[in-house]
Amino acid sequence: MATSIQLRQIKKAYGDVQVIHGVDLDIEPGDFTVFVGPSGCGKSTLLRMIAGLEPITGGDLLIDGQRMNEVPAARRGIAMVFQSYALYPHMSVYQNLAFGLETAKMPKAEIAQRVQRAAEILKIEPLLKRKPKQLSGGQRQRVAIGRAIVREPKIFLFDEPLSNLDAELRVAMRVEIAKLHYDLGNTMIYVTHDQVEAMTMADKIVVLRSGVIEQAGAPLELYNNPRNLFVAGFIGSPKMNFMTSTVEAGALRTGGVALDLGRDVTGATTLGIRPEHITIVEGSGVKFADLTVDLVENLGGQTVVYATTRDGQALTIVLEGQRHVEIGSSVSAYVDPAKAHIFDAEGNAIR
Amino acid sequence: MAVNAAEAAPQNAAFSTTKWSRAWQNHAPGYLFLLPWLIGFIGLTVGPMITSLYLSFTDFDLLTPAQWIGTANYERMFTNDRNFAAAMRVTFTFVLFSVPLKLAFALAIAMLLNRGMKGLPLYRALFYLPSLLGASVAIAILWRQIFAGDGLVNQFLSIFGIVGPSWISNPNYSLWTLIILSIWQFGSPMIIFLAGLRQIPQDMYEAASLDGAGKWRQFWKITLPLLTPVVFFNAIIQTINAFQSFTPAFIISNGTGSPINSTLFYALYLYNEAFSFFRMGYASALAWFLLFLIACFTAFSFLTSKYWVHYDD
Repeated sequence: MATSIQLRQIKKAYGDVQVIHGVDLDIEPGDFTVFVGPSGCGKSTLLRMIAGLEPITGGDLLIDGQRMNEVPAARRGIAMVFQSYALYPHMSVYQNLAFGLETAKMPKAEIAQRVQRAAEILKIEPLLKRKPKQLSGGQRQRVAIGRAIVREPKIFLFDEPLSNLDAELRVAMRVEIAKLHYDLGNTMIYVTHDQVEAMTMADKIVVLRSGVIEQAGAPLELYNNPRNLFVAGFIGSPKMNFMTSTVEAGALRTGGVALDLGRDVTGATTLGIRPEHITIVEGSGVKFADLTVDLVENLGGQTVVYATTRDGQALTIVLEGQRHVEIGSSVSAYVDPAKAHIFDAEGNAIR
Repeated sequence: MAVNAAEAAPQNAAFSTTKWSRAWQNHAPGYLFLLPWLIGFIGLTVGPMITSLYLSFTDFDLLTPAQWIGTANYERMFTNDRNFAAAMRVTFTFVLFSVPLKLAFALAIAMLLNRGMKGLPLYRALFYLPSLLGASVAIAILWRQIFAGDGLVNQFLSIFGIVGPSWISNPNYSLWTLIILSIWQFGSPMIIFLAGLRQIPQDMYEAASLDGAGKWRQFWKITLPLLTPVVFFNAIIQTINAFQSFTPAFIISNGTGSPINSTLFYALYLYNEAFSFFRMGYASALAWFLLFLIACFTAFSFLTSKYWVHYDD
């Protein structure tokens, strides 16, 4: 039932400027795939190329094994939710939902039935007679999703759909979209610059930078085994700590401390440790730095410590629960060697 | 100001007088700067308007003093003036055809120019040019040459062996040459349409194309509805202009509205009554009736606008 998507060496150029540099990607039927990356990384362009809104300059786009490069947007079996919602302002909610079906010359009764069903799923039945300008941001978002649902597409595309909502609504809609995916089971592609959205919603995350896939995989795969510095820094919040390191006599030295990771560290120049993997209690892992505490944030559930190593490198530590740490005090940082990441001079992970 | 008034209210009259003079002192420089405009407005606009309203109830030939004749001028218009009926017919025909055609043409050109072509500013200027020249005497004279019996149009038709009539001296065609001249002056509504088209978000069209709507359906279901405020504005402006159209008819018919009153525009008829026959009273009544017509049309447009004009916010 669900649909697969394959990208084969997909390229995009505007004149001489190439923005997507030969992307290969397999999207399994029914997967929720998230394209994530900083602004300008090409994630929206890639999505729009799949949608058919942007011509593909090179490579093949296959949907269910069929080449779609030249197929018009309307015949690719996709529906898209835009960042701006792109609701037709002069039409009522009902007309907005019905527009695509009317265009397809569907019988009126069937249109009414489908619109009704979509409205029920999204709980927008009382709004059907209103115009978009009479709706709140969250309601507009639902109508935009509803417009995608009524067409019963094979694939849903979302282009940063939550970025115009406030934080609270964003979390609520995030859950709803995830639930919608669970209920409908369609293949969905979702573009965001928010790595938390990516982590929480995705079956598969595709991290993009400058038109190249840096890494693609399950959220925890990316979290546990980032392929390079960029992915390591992009996935996870707060950001992974990076400390410049040297290798002396087969051992890693950082912040004036030598540590034994129990594996080959040849070529390592950067040590990466996630804030939540650092402890300050002796006996839990190997010591990797002596620190001076600069600032402590007590969030209730966790305690965030900002500290500096002896050689002046900043470090963020997230401790579980409510901990008392004195500002200005000296502490030592420990890490489980299995959770320490090392990177070579090119920024690639050494495993 | 409101606070000052509230404070002044319980005070005695003498005190409020000083307040008044103080207020005057405060605002005097403002009025002083407004003075040139005020003089012009009262002397050249309000004054003549009131005078003409008065004159419309008189018989006045400029030489002898105006005679009050009550509503006789207005009665004559509707009961005893075939030229008035002809002028109404010509003017309404002109408005009815020239405005929609001109707007349609302007919108078509605007949509062509909106496709992001190179050299857009040049094309925009070129297309606007006729509007700058269009209402001028020179262009009307040129038009007379083009549509004359031995004019450019007929020379062109003769290539195909067609012997065309003298367009401007044939009552069947003369009004249509003026309508075509008016359509040719599509520049100003075109520029406004172009600005309106730019306001429509691109993602609206992207959403529509994903919804399967082709260009034709996108135009009728997206472009046109979202453009209705601009259509409305252009329609009102162009209709008012069309009702008042004068120069082209005056030039092409040598000021007579000929042949057989076929180009006797309302404004031309009014002008002739006033300055050829010196019936100032009657001409004033005609002018006020035209104002009434335009006001009725505008009011009607505004009343119906809520049913067809879409405002975003």
